[in-house]
Amino acid sequence: MSAAWLARRLVQGAFAVLGVVVLVFALIRLVPGDVVTQLIGLEGNVSAAQQAEMRRLFGLDDPLPVQFGLWFADLVRGDLGTSLRTGREVFGDLMLRFPVTFELALLALLIALAIGVPLGVVAALRRGRAADLASSAFVLVGLAAPEFWLAILLILLFSLKLGVLPPNGYVPLSDGLWPNVRSMLLPALALSLSLAAALTRIVRSSMLEVLGLDYIRTARAKGTPERRVVYRHAMRNALIPVVTVVGLQVGNLLGGAVIVEQIFGLPGIGRYALEGINLRDYPVVQGAVLWIAVSYVLVNVLVDVAYGLIDRRVVYA
Amino acid sequence: MTTLPRVRAPQSPARRAVRLVLRSPGALVGLALVLLCVLMAVFAPLVAPYDPVAYNPVDRMQGPSLDHLLGTDLYGRDLFSRVVYGARISLSVSAISILLALAMGGVLGALAGFHLRWVDTLVMRLTDILLAFPAILLAIALLAFLGGGFWNLTLAIAVAYTAPFVRVVRASVLRARREMYVEASTAVGASDSRLLWRHVLPNASAPIIVEVTLRLAYAILAEAALSFLGLGTPPPAPAWGQMIADGRPFLETNPWVSVGPGLAIMLVVLGFNLLGDGLRDALDPRLRS
Repeated sequence: MSAAWLARRLVQGAFAVLGVVVLVFALIRLVPGDVVTQLIGLEGNVSAAQQAEMRRLFGLDDPLPVQFGLWFADLVRGDLGTSLRTGREVFGDLMLRFPVTFELALLALLIALAIGVPLGVVAALRRGRAADLASSAFVLVGLAAPEFWLAILLILLFSLKLGVLPPNGYVPLSDGLWPNVRSMLLPALALSLSLAAALTRIVRSSMLEVLGLDYIRTARAKGTPERRVVYRHAMRNALIPVVTVVGLQVGNLLGGAVIVEQIFGLPGIGRYALEGINLRDYPVVQGAVLWIAVSYVLVNVLVDVAYGLIDRRVVYA
Repeated sequence: MTTLPRVRAPQSPARRAVRLVLRSPGALVGLALVLLCVLMAVFAPLVAPYDPVAYNPVDRMQGPSLDHLLGTDLYGRDLFSRVVYGARISLSVSAISILLALAMGGVLGALAGFHLRWVDTLVMRLTDILLAFPAILLAIALLAFLGGGFWNLTLAIAVAYTAPFVRVVRASVLRARREMYVEASTAVGASDSRLLWRHVLPNASAPIIVEVTLRLAYAILAEAALSFLGLGTPPPAPAWGQMIADGRPFLETNPWVSVGPGLAIMLVVLGFNLLGDGLRDALDPRLRS
């Protein structure tokens, strides 16, 4: 991985972020009529003078390039505007909520890896046998079942029938690690299953491919113990595609988090966005969408860099 | 006199693919599930035993029985009938949105792959921006500002899934352009549009068909998620996602209200996934033996 490649990837990432900024700016201009008419629809009687004043406040009177310039200048200073409902700074709210979403996504990723990698390896080693078939069934269900439905099934089982985990509510980390993780476990599990299924599938096929390669035969011919062949020789190379899948699926993880947070009442960025949507709190929605998209771009840049570091064969032209 | 060896006419790629799909058990199951759902949607009035939106307070909140296969909801509406009619919403939203995405992505992808360098760069940078959003978030954002309803929902899902089609079509066109027959056609002076429609696109169709099938599964999941969040078709329309959301307060007393529609979603998505995987195996030349 050369410095030039790294620089180019970063520039590419920066362009994507800029594009996201422009698109999010454009979104609010999609509102039928305009934002002010929509908001007034909710509030009832507002005089024409007050409407004009509101338009001025939103900066809707300026030409579009000026509007964008002003918005962008605020953005660079970390000012995403204030909530129309609470009057609080959107940026501050996002900072408060980001750790919840981050923890949820991270926990889901860890669970998915803990399920997907061993299951994929076992399926490849026991190809065509019961364990392989069971893992295929898991893959099919995991990829087909919507996460919000899985979330509801998990609540039904673990909260209502068994009563071992809370069905909703969030316990902050400051109240202790275990209570916090306990409140996150079901949401993270619901969010992780489709990623776990995708990982199982890719690990299985990647492992099968690697096990058929010459260097594995060489290792066996030298009399290397089978355990060592599998875990040391085969797995290290078979797991490389996992990095790519994780990178591609982080978007699904972040998108899914929006829905899962809503179901379990977790005060993360996704729920913040949905609250904003229900109340037509446009700056809140803009800020939340921007935040998630930008973090997604950053994660993908990081994944590409990590990929270059892990697999020395990868040469980015 | 020597007899000439009998030569079988070469099979067309399409017939070969159909044969391969019909031979794979997974793809067959997928095809059956998809067909079942399509038939259910088309003949909903014949399949559903009750009116999907008629209130019937006497029968409210019943568990599954012979009268009501999946039980009834808070308003006494038959859940099985609602699931049957829900297939109409789910399939029409996802089919229209994927066709739209294919049309938009197809035009952009063909332009990018076929023509000038700067057009290619422009289209690909635009695609990067769309891909910078998790698809479901992009759809949520669009609906937040556009407002819900059938057509906005369809449009939002279409935009969210346009980028993958741009990529697939562009890649296919680029690959096909390097082929000898395209070069030959250029050499005899075929026009660009003839090249594109007559030679490049037909030969690029296999990966596009696979992409359409697999993306239909994504679109069904997206439609369900968006209506679960209340951003889809407004009630009392029996959208599957909405039905799952409606059942949440009654999980303890009558879980079927949420469980039933979820099963339907899972089976249809499973159908499209299996069919798509089967098609990919059958159409991918690299996997042909």
